[in-house]
Amino acid sequence: MILALVEPGELSLEAVTLARGLGPVEAVLFEGDADALPVARAHVVEHERLDEYAPEAWADTLAQLVDRLEPEAVVAAGSDRGQEVMAYLAARLDLPLASNCVSVEPGDSYVLTRQRWGGSLLEEARLSGSPKLLTVAPHVVAPEPASSGEEVEVERFTPTLSDKDFRVRVARREQPAVGTVSLTDARIVVGGGRGVGSAEGFALLEELAALVGGAVGGSRVVTNLGWRAHTDQVGQTGARIAPELYIACGISGAIQHIVGCKGAKKILAINKDRDAPIVARADYAVIGDLHEIVPAVIAELRR
Amino acid sequence: MNVLVCVKRVPETGARITLTPDAQEIDTSYLGFTISPHEECAVEEAVRIGQAHGAATTVLTLGPAAAVEQLRNAVAMGIGSAIHLETDGDWGPEATARAIVEAVRNGGYDLLLFGNESADSGGYQVGIRVAHALDLPCVTGIKSLKLADGVATVRREAGGGWEIFEVPLPAVLTVREGINLPRYLSLQGRLRAKKAAIVRHEPERGAEGLEKIRLSVPREEVTPVEILGEGAAAAPRVAELLRGVGAS
Repeated sequence: MILALVEPGELSLEAVTLARGLGPVEAVLFEGDADALPVARAHVVEHERLDEYAPEAWADTLAQLVDRLEPEAVVAAGSDRGQEVMAYLAARLDLPLASNCVSVEPGDSYVLTRQRWGGSLLEEARLSGSPKLLTVAPHVVAPEPASSGEEVEVERFTPTLSDKDFRVRVARREQPAVGTVSLTDARIVVGGGRGVGSAEGFALLEELAALVGGAVGGSRVVTNLGWRAHTDQVGQTGARIAPELYIACGISGAIQHIVGCKGAKKILAINKDRDAPIVARADYAVIGDLHEIVPAVIAELRR
Repeated sequence: MNVLVCVKRVPETGARITLTPDAQEIDTSYLGFTISPHEECAVEEAVRIGQAHGAATTVLTLGPAAAVEQLRNAVAMGIGSAIHLETDGDWGPEATARAIVEAVRNGGYDLLLFGNESADSGGYQVGIRVAHALDLPCVTGIKSLKLADGVATVRREAGGGWEIFEVPLPAVLTVREGINLPRYLSLQGRLRAKKAAIVRHEPERGAEGLEKIRLSVPREEVTPVEILGEGAAAAPRVAELLRGVGAS
């Protein structure tokens, strides 16, 4: 049996899909709904102090379920929480952890392929330990939803947790402003690079994004120059996005940036240079100056 | 106060990565070396804490003899002292964390800073393993840090907003790029770094359960690019494309 840590959202569905290739999957949920999951059984965690995220408490809970259920492997999404909780579990159980796997061959030891360099390099590796611990790279596995008629058997689980499990716990939150479209959820992302020319130049991209209900992102160059806040960075050290369409304006396409945007279904490059790396990676391209092209597109959309 | 920051020497990869013939390493014959952007920010944060709180600062790396270059760069940025855990070959996160724990266990550090993940292997776990072994609280992926009265108040991005944690020192924090803008190296800094003494240890490599077989460069999906046009004349086709993906 494979135990899967399931968070709300697409990434966990991708992880469960990979896990189903290894054996029957049972889900562990701290929040969200078990009904639509493609699993036979779900362990829904209930504890009065787990109303806010606490990574060590989550890892301790998983460790208790590992003890009780003796799974062959524990799998989580390569999300912030997935990586964090699995690292705590690995430290606690003194076991290896394979992060950002893209494929796994089952066996006594697992032979797996995992991402290095944010996915610009792959590593084939052998993972031992019992249970095997791994996270699944985002936006690589095509998620398979539950086929209709699959019933999920729900079991409640209340872990025994100590004060120490809660020494790291979210104390408070700052919510995003109402109506803002986040980079990672946007259906369309308008990205700008050095070619935008200045912080003020981004007003044009903001206008286009607002018009199409999208979000604005930037390359690492742009956040390092202070033209955009770092929270807007698309790249290996920023956000990994997966919109329907990514419009890369004046971005050359360094590996660091491609790693962040290759989850996009389609890429449109707007660039002066026909030979820029981003053009080779794009599905569509317009060659020319973004300062002429973007206003023309805005005018066309407003017609 | 006593602050430690850990960094890892990695090649500065360009547009294409080339492997050695045995597919065990990146061919670095023509490459320079650096540390990850997350770690650069961790070093900068340590320097700022040193200045603001009068803290002693130490940089530590685990890596080959040549990684002295990355230690000296951190000293040039303003870090006070340096520890080199000199090793051969590519150590994984388990062995790395164990060696760091042995080296820092009795160091009396109040704050241990790491990058959120290394640029090359990207295991997302060394900081947490070190924190667990030393029985310290750890917050990962932080983009803001304030220290007051022995408590670190840190923020990290979550779902478009922010999660705020408060942890007592001593603590381990893993840093993301964006927490600050690292300074450029000054000439004075470089001169000071040249002369800095580096404490050197040779740790024993422990067992590891994740064993590298080989590396490969992923096949690039060669999708033919459709040129929609040149300049403003292409606007109608771009608008058509946008409407096709449901632009409102």
